[in-house]
Amino acid sequence: MTLRTRLLVLVSALVVLAGVGTASVLHASARADRRDHAVAGGPKITAGTVALTTRGRMIFRNMAWGPHRDELTSVPASDPSGPRTASKVKCLRFYAAGGTGVCLQSLHGPVQDTYRAVILDSRLRVTARYDVPGIPSRARVSPSGRYAAWTAFVGGDSYAGTNFSTRTAVVDTRTGRLTPSLEAFRVVKDGRTYHAADVNFWGVTFAADDRTFYATLATGGRTYLVRGDLRARTLTTLHPNVECPSLSPDGTRVAYKKRVKGLPKDAPWHLYVLNLHTLRETPLAEPRSVDDQAVWRDDHTLVYALPGDYGADLYTVPSDGTGKPRRISTAAVSPAYVNRPSSE
Amino acid sequence: MYVADSRAGARTASAEGVARPRAGRRRAAVAPTVLALGTVSLITDVSSEMVTAVLPLYLVAGLGLSPLGFGLLDGIYNGFSALVRLVGGHLADRGGGRHKWVAGFGYGLSAACKPLLLLAHSLTPIGLVLAADRTGKGLRTAPRDALISLSSTPATRGRAFGVHRAMDTAGALLGPLVAFLILRATVDGYDAVFTVSFCVAVVGVLVLVLFVPGDTRTKAGARPPRSTEATRPAGSAEATQSAHSRETTEFEPPPTGENPAGTTAPPTLRAALSLLATPAVRRISLCSLLLGLATVSDAFVFLLLQRRLGVPDRWFALLPLGTAAAFLLLAVPLGRLADRIGSRRLFLAGHGALLLVYALLLSAWHGTALPYVVLLLHGGFYAATDGVLMAAASESVPEELRSSGLALVQTGQALARFVCSLGFGAAWTAWGDRTALTGSAVLLALGVLVSLALRPTPSEGPA
Repeated sequence: MTLRTRLLVLVSALVVLAGVGTASVLHASARADRRDHAVAGGPKITAGTVALTTRGRMIFRNMAWGPHRDELTSVPASDPSGPRTASKVKCLRFYAAGGTGVCLQSLHGPVQDTYRAVILDSRLRVTARYDVPGIPSRARVSPSGRYAAWTAFVGGDSYAGTNFSTRTAVVDTRTGRLTPSLEAFRVVKDGRTYHAADVNFWGVTFAADDRTFYATLATGGRTYLVRGDLRARTLTTLHPNVECPSLSPDGTRVAYKKRVKGLPKDAPWHLYVLNLHTLRETPLAEPRSVDDQAVWRDDHTLVYALPGDYGADLYTVPSDGTGKPRRISTAAVSPAYVNRPSSE
Repeated sequence: MYVADSRAGARTASAEGVARPRAGRRRAAVAPTVLALGTVSLITDVSSEMVTAVLPLYLVAGLGLSPLGFGLLDGIYNGFSALVRLVGGHLADRGGGRHKWVAGFGYGLSAACKPLLLLAHSLTPIGLVLAADRTGKGLRTAPRDALISLSSTPATRGRAFGVHRAMDTAGALLGPLVAFLILRATVDGYDAVFTVSFCVAVVGVLVLVLFVPGDTRTKAGARPPRSTEATRPAGSAEATQSAHSRETTEFEPPPTGENPAGTTAPPTLRAALSLLATPAVRRISLCSLLLGLATVSDAFVFLLLQRRLGVPDRWFALLPLGTAAAFLLLAVPLGRLADRIGSRRLFLAGHGALLLVYALLLSAWHGTALPYVVLLLHGGFYAATDGVLMAAASESVPEELRSSGLALVQTGQALARFVCSLGFGAAWTAWGDRTALTGSAVLLALGVLVSLALRPTPSEGPA
């Protein structure tokens, strides 16, 4: 082949490939317009005021297409598929309790997206901002509203290897004191202080005393439920194979996802409830793999997200292993019930 | 130590330089083949880094999965990739100079994986696609380095590898930028990222097919008729080949680059393994193995840097970028330096830079310049060792086994680093990060000393 022919082949291929590439980008950006238009038959959404102190409401990230996509939205807790009120505040993940909200957001930068956590007051005004070092995944607020915690996935650059790790931060919203990583706490495993390079934490859930919390510890390829102490700055292992714990309002049980043997590697989790006194596990009636940190609607009912047509849908199931899962809301994720009074 | 070493080296080099007809100065920078391969690597790295950069985001935000499970699978693929590299190296040597086609098959396989990502929506298929992608990378690396080595003279090899590695790293730095521009222009445009990545990968394969010369050893003479390889009775060495290698021949690309008529039988696996019996090859493998055992993985270096010096979280993602940028800037100058003072010497000096990184991480100095100095030295370590090791290994591996030989050295080094990662993690667990790093520093210093002691005899000194 002469140089001329080779150049000709290259240039024609470049033209074709540039066409394909451009078309795919245009197609994906045209989708943006479509997503700004509500889909017929979708939930009814209107802009309005969302407050974290209105009783009997469920607040969540609305994922339905339309002008209010990704905004914090509130519905009556008794009618979660009813008309939605959208707040204009956009979050990837959200949680609220005791009149305080934590909202994990992405910021579009010129080179790449960065992430931050903002603390919201009861009228969704930002009271503090913190950098989040990676893609946000879990968020929680203590029942009193004083502490907030979030987890991010860090890594993914191939220069650093493709392994991911998690970083979990806790902040005292009253003093502003931030613990950027739970790895600063002392880990007590099997009664002894434990050090390991591969320690990862995620999925904090707070108790009502504003001192105790629970979380996942992963090390050596296994996960554990740990009980944390914010004052002593310790984390003590309690039970193996527990991820994303969620403490019941009465503080006696933890709902979590458990890796079950024999399930496919990409969907290995079933929901369980662990009694913290007896350490007895109860499998819940949800047969599908759940990759979410469940939320207690009350002492007997759990709410969690499963993938749906527009990102995620919310389901509910009884916490005692009976009954059947039921879909309560479509195109919704990160629910928080603000009907519970503050414990203070 | 690092500075002293290179100074001493430079003085010796100028003495040697008298014998050489003022090489480096006026000659064209590098062979066209090297530039073509550099372009292929640059384009391919743009393509693959686009995917790498958005993958965690895609898994978490796009598909709603936790990427932790994927991270667990990843270690297995990396070990697999090291072994595939040996296969690629061997295949490329068989039949005499099939480097281009084995490399092309590797690049093609990785390109074909990109559109498959559009179809995979859960961790298992995504994991399989990435494993295939990694296989392509493993297959192509050794033949590509052999091509670079074979198309440059011993006197310019360091520079050739430097240019290649600089272009490669430039692609790696551009990839994430392109991906995030696409994500910004679209909403959840992961499909667009994967499609564009595929188109870019195809351009890379095309540049390879069109502009990289096919057969490095027959280009002078006319193309020989189809080789007799298929009909030749199996020699004793052939017969003892493992079943594994026979299986892999199924994946061989069309044998366009044929065995030059009249040469000896294509190199067998045994011949490739017998390379280790060559003192020079054994020496360099041993050195890279020993030093690899003390090369703490990047992730640990960045983690230690962040912990010891309190680098804020939001800068953490930029640390690897700093190392890559230093690598990019230093690859060519250090490659040239390798040609002047000897690649073996620069390779050791590079590990001196790494030792300095360990020392700085252990030191009490907390100046604001520290992260910059550490990242510069860390990038310098790569610039002084990555391509330079290939240049050094090229000196002792015969041409017909070049690809296998380079693969052997690379795989040895990769496995040593893998063992180091495991050991470092265990040491960190048992004794804490400082002790683990101190241990690595002692090991590295010992490794450098042993490597210095394993000096080649004057007759086989660096070219």
